[in-house]
Amino acid sequence: MTAPTRHRPAPPARLFLLAPLVLSNCSGVQSALDTAATAAGHLRLLILSFTLICGVVWLLVMVMLGWALLRRRPAATDAGTQRRLTIAVSVCVAATVVIVGGLTTLSFLATRTLGSGEGEIEVVAVGQQWWWQFLYPAGGFQTVNELHIPVGRTVRIRLESPDVIHSFWVPSLSGKVDMIPGRTNALTLKAERPGLYRGQCAEFCGLQHSHMAFTVIAEDAATYARWMVEQARPARTPDTSHPDTSEAEAGRAVFLVKPCAACHTVRGTRAVGTTGPDLTHVGSRRTIAAGLLDTTRGTLAAWTADPQTLKPGTTMPLVPLTSDELRQVSAYLESLK
Amino acid sequence: MGSSRGTHAQTSGGSSGARILAALGLTFLCVISAAAVGWLRAPRQYRADPPVQDDLGRLRLMPNRIGGTPPESYFALGKPYEKTGYDLSQGKRLYTWFGCSTCHGDGRGKIGPSFLDGWWLYGPEMISVVASIRDGRPHGMPAYGNRMTSDQIWQLAGYVRTVGAYAPSPSATSRNDDPQTRPAENRGPAVQHFEQGPVGMNPRQGPSP
Repeated sequence: MTAPTRHRPAPPARLFLLAPLVLSNCSGVQSALDTAATAAGHLRLLILSFTLICGVVWLLVMVMLGWALLRRRPAATDAGTQRRLTIAVSVCVAATVVIVGGLTTLSFLATRTLGSGEGEIEVVAVGQQWWWQFLYPAGGFQTVNELHIPVGRTVRIRLESPDVIHSFWVPSLSGKVDMIPGRTNALTLKAERPGLYRGQCAEFCGLQHSHMAFTVIAEDAATYARWMVEQARPARTPDTSHPDTSEAEAGRAVFLVKPCAACHTVRGTRAVGTTGPDLTHVGSRRTIAAGLLDTTRGTLAAWTADPQTLKPGTTMPLVPLTSDELRQVSAYLESLK
Repeated sequence: MGSSRGTHAQTSGGSSGARILAALGLTFLCVISAAAVGWLRAPRQYRADPPVQDDLGRLRLMPNRIGGTPPESYFALGKPYEKTGYDLSQGKRLYTWFGCSTCHGDGRGKIGPSFLDGWWLYGPEMISVVASIRDGRPHGMPAYGNRMTSDQIWQLAGYVRTVGAYAPSPSATSRNDDPQTRPAENRGPAVQHFEQGPVGMNPRQGPSP
């Protein structure tokens, strides 16, 4: 008797299998529902209350509609009923106007203060096809695809773009704000707990829009200060006496004579190109190519060897290198901690 | 009589049905061909294979380094660097990125020669422009051979040639976002905007080198 039921899984079990798919976006490094900042918390509250209130209203409307369809209509309505109906509808319309008007005024007053205010730390974020440049005017350096911020302090981010419209979006920390060529927008971030938060371009900006991600690293004040000092240093020069670093030293020479140096900057060397990302501390970053690959010597070599296969249409060209040169350049890039 | 009227009604009904069908078929055909045309686009070469890049660097120049024979791969690829909008647009970006405007301005020339006046100091051939960019020229033009890849040099040369083109071309780059300071690349050929004549950039160079 029990055999047939054992062969057929019960519907709830099947639904349970779907649950991880449905709930997979509720937590993680890039989720508007897993928040780490007050601003993002407000947004989450808004999302949840919207869903709840609109859901309830929708249900009520559906119930009323069903009731209206099914109820028996009286043959004729008398003047008293008409009057009562008119009053009820008028009151409902007036209430709607008052509520919507009041909320609009309140939101106007509330959002007016959002755009102003100074941050304790100033960062300039430049969205480019298809990577992120973060300039730290206080430290006099720039970093790429990785934004470090101290926990509990307000960071004012100026958003710029030299090419097309991008949108700066770190769902766990804030809403999205567009980066528009010829205009500077601003956004204030304040992470309340340390962690890694993923950001993503949220405005279609061309072929590799989906591969335009960055990481926000919120860390405690001491770690942040140490990071600032590290980043402000020029690139470390490979130690030629050591046999392991002779390859990196050779890579440095290749880097400087090949077209690499025309677009990339490595502070402390003759490479001062500004078109591509600053590579002064590329080895210390978590990812390369705007979140496409983790930073390892292998991925650095793969990216250098053939960027157009990994990220078709990217502005980095395929620079022909011999296998020896490629090995040396990847050793050099990895050594740029 | 009645039967004939019935037949008549039937045929007229049938022909109107056929007309509707034909109209539907025509609409369908239009939609399909519009989709096909939309689907068609000039193929883009994002990745120049290293052997192709090598070959693109093999210019057979005349001894005076003006004119010559372009490499075989240039013809094998179908001369994309002068024809496809993608390559021209990449060339336009490279024009900004590699600081060409420092000397050549917006194309009208500054301390370097103008492209817009329709005069080419080393001739209008693609290969001469490529050679100028790659190897440099006397009196100030630096060599970009070790700063750009071969196909980037061809892209930039293609763009520079459209700036001073003699004849209109069906493909052009898009206009600038900021106000144009000179006729846009997608306007008529430069011949319509000729200035008086070439300006000697160097006393030894003279107006016609």
